[in-house]
Amino acid sequence: MDNLSLLMDGFGSVLTPQNLLFACIGVLLGTFVGVLPGIGPAMAVALLLPVTYGLDPIGAFIMFAGIYYGGMYGGSTTSILLNTPGESASVMTALEGNLMARAGRASQALATAAIGSFIAGTIGTLLVVFFAPALASVAVEIGAPSYFALMVLAMIMVTSVLGGSPLRGFIALFLGLTIGLVGLDLNTGQPRLSFDQPLLADRIDVVVVAVGIFALGEALWVAAHLRRSPLHVIPVGRPWMDRTDFKRSWGPWLRGTAYGFPFGALPAGGAEIPTFLSYLTEKRIAKRKGVDEFGKGAIEGVAGPEAANNASAAGTFVPLLALGLPVTATSAVMLAALQGYGIEPGPGLMTDQPELVWALLASLLIGNALLLVLNLPLAPVWAKLLRIPRPQLYAGILFFAALGAYAANLQAFDLLLLVLLGLLGLAMRRFGLPVLPLILGVILGPLMELRLREAMAISGGEVSGLWSEPLAVVIYVVVAIAVAAPLALRRVRPAPSDVAEELDIPAVEEEKVR
Amino acid sequence: MMRRRTRQAVATVAALASALLLATGCGVTRGDQSRDLTMLIPNSPGGGYDQTGRAAVAVMENGDITGGSFEVTNVIGAGGSVAMTRLMNAEGDERTLMTAGLGVVGSLYSFGAPYSMDDATPLAQLIEDQEGVLVPADSPYETIDDLVQAWRDDPASIVVGGGSSPGGPDHLFPMQLASTVDIDPRDVSYVPYDGGGPLTSALLGNKIDVGFSGVGEFEGQLSSGELRLLAVSGEERLKGEGISDAPTLTEAGIDLVFTNWRGVWAPPGISDERRDELIGMLEEMHETPEWQQALEDNGWIDEFKTGDEFTQFLREQDERVATTLEELDLL
Repeated sequence: MDNLSLLMDGFGSVLTPQNLLFACIGVLLGTFVGVLPGIGPAMAVALLLPVTYGLDPIGAFIMFAGIYYGGMYGGSTTSILLNTPGESASVMTALEGNLMARAGRASQALATAAIGSFIAGTIGTLLVVFFAPALASVAVEIGAPSYFALMVLAMIMVTSVLGGSPLRGFIALFLGLTIGLVGLDLNTGQPRLSFDQPLLADRIDVVVVAVGIFALGEALWVAAHLRRSPLHVIPVGRPWMDRTDFKRSWGPWLRGTAYGFPFGALPAGGAEIPTFLSYLTEKRIAKRKGVDEFGKGAIEGVAGPEAANNASAAGTFVPLLALGLPVTATSAVMLAALQGYGIEPGPGLMTDQPELVWALLASLLIGNALLLVLNLPLAPVWAKLLRIPRPQLYAGILFFAALGAYAANLQAFDLLLLVLLGLLGLAMRRFGLPVLPLILGVILGPLMELRLREAMAISGGEVSGLWSEPLAVVIYVVVAIAVAAPLALRRVRPAPSDVAEELDIPAVEEEKVR
Repeated sequence: MMRRRTRQAVATVAALASALLLATGCGVTRGDQSRDLTMLIPNSPGGGYDQTGRAAVAVMENGDITGGSFEVTNVIGAGGSVAMTRLMNAEGDERTLMTAGLGVVGSLYSFGAPYSMDDATPLAQLIEDQEGVLVPADSPYETIDDLVQAWRDDPASIVVGGGSSPGGPDHLFPMQLASTVDIDPRDVSYVPYDGGGPLTSALLGNKIDVGFSGVGEFEGQLSSGELRLLAVSGEERLKGEGISDAPTLTEAGIDLVFTNWRGVWAPPGISDERRDELIGMLEEMHETPEWQQALEDNGWIDEFKTGDEFTQFLREQDERVATTLEELDLL
């Protein structure tokens, strides 16, 4: 209760008309820069940080909070509308979000993303307010073995998105894992699959892969059929979410938050795994309910991952404020910002400078609320973008995709990679290979390897090191149950329909993602 | 640039353009164009080379030392090898400079680049940074001697972490330390972390026994007593709460001085006159109070060497890196 009154004091010092104006400016600037292709939240915050210098600390906080949330949301906007995610955390949003957009439901996708971000961000920030110090000391206890166990769980779950033909799904997954292998081996410094090309030795950026396979591959595929298929105009659609949309979004918002926050609070959690788990959970639940629109633009597939992404971002404040540890690129930029405002994050922060911390947390809550207020009315406006005729629309997507791939590293080489990956995306569509397993392979493969190698290095090569942490053991038990239970069930009662679902072998061909 | 109060479309384009300008990191101001220079930075904005390079550029521009302005270009890739390749290809170009340091020396080996840092024209070393040996507060090792003793007894049992990949400073330092105290570097279990943040959490969670990294990033944990600094790697002790008590390795009887350093290069094949002129500019910059302020703000140690002295130092460093990597069978 004490914290609550301190938070109220924080609101008291933050809520002035002038500060609210700063917050509005921050949100608009952040959204605007975040919308630019290839610019994720980290880059958006870094670019706009200088704008906040010169304001008093409270004004700077609140503008910064606006920029931060605006940048995050701007990234989701491009993922949904143009299928060009600006960072790996918005890849899952792009999947169903873009399908919704092309089915004329862009407004709803943007709205559910905005509301989901708001709910997740608010719950996440409140959790930080009340539990940051306690959570932080627990979180550092979780190490590589537990992360590796989580990766095993994620890999098991990947099998449920392989699509109608498991063979094709596995081909795509292994293509992705192979792309993920390219680059310098972090432990020994040996280049792998880089063909003596120093730029390849740096690993291929997930953003370049996602944009190449999703946006470029799709544009080429559409171009290849432009003359043969009848002109398909994207329907205009309703501008707002209706009651069904809300009813379908609630669950995913809350479940996404529940996935995202703990991962964010972990020192090496990140947002990739929770967004992915959220997507899969929603897909399963939808299938069980019999209203599975996944693969055709399911609102659950946007609401869940977006909430998970934002909750994870809020969660990163736990190690940042309580331990002074930046665990993501965005939080590293944020740490620099906080130090610029005279906050020295670390163990003593909550007791040394309470008024600044509470003002910051209050600012985050206000920035989050303003984002919703400003962006919800804008959703139908953004959605109109898709009414541009198809050749011009895809030309625009190609332009922005190329710009985004180039902006990430400023290397012309990345454009070449982008084109090659685009051709790969085209070929995969031609031969009916699902693209989702490929992207997941690229994201999960390197993470999994990193954790495995770290765990093995720490245990001195002893395999037992992999189950040396209680959490790891718990996760392996869950994995074992998940694998064994359906098999056992099939033995007891061979009812094909249920079993196929539990075994994650989707029976319908249209299951494959694009 | 465009002025305000134009129509929305123009504002959009302007914002896009300025964002891109910011993103590419060029800050071009007009001056005598024939005296304009380009500064290559071998990593991304915000990294160590970037901070040092941009600080030097700012001091030189403000003091009008070069008579022109600078364009700062971040050439990202392969731990600096890509930037080095660009510098080597600019042979004879008298208007290009590059900021680099120990990490790039290592990367040239890791990435198999066909040249070393002294193949370009070394101008001056600007700064150095000390590395530290860090353990969690509840670690059984109270002094560097305790650690070395346990390490010698069973090298594989001590898990060592650092914030850089093989060839980088945090990797070279423990390997050279091991070698100095008669431990085979190949027996060292080194775990690379992605920078200081993840390394700190591994230390706080007791996942690793000891961390090797730049001291600056750990000031908060050291002053609060959550981490303990067993030794620093340079020639003199550092200042600060929880930091000044830590001896140098030499004081502790270990014959090793290791520093992470950064400096400035020009492309190969420039004239001797131009080389001397550029060195003169850097010397002038080094003398300014602004540069001394920049050193203090960033916690850098003022270690300035130019010309042949720097080249000589560079050769020694290059050899040492090569020896360490060879001992590890990484070459």
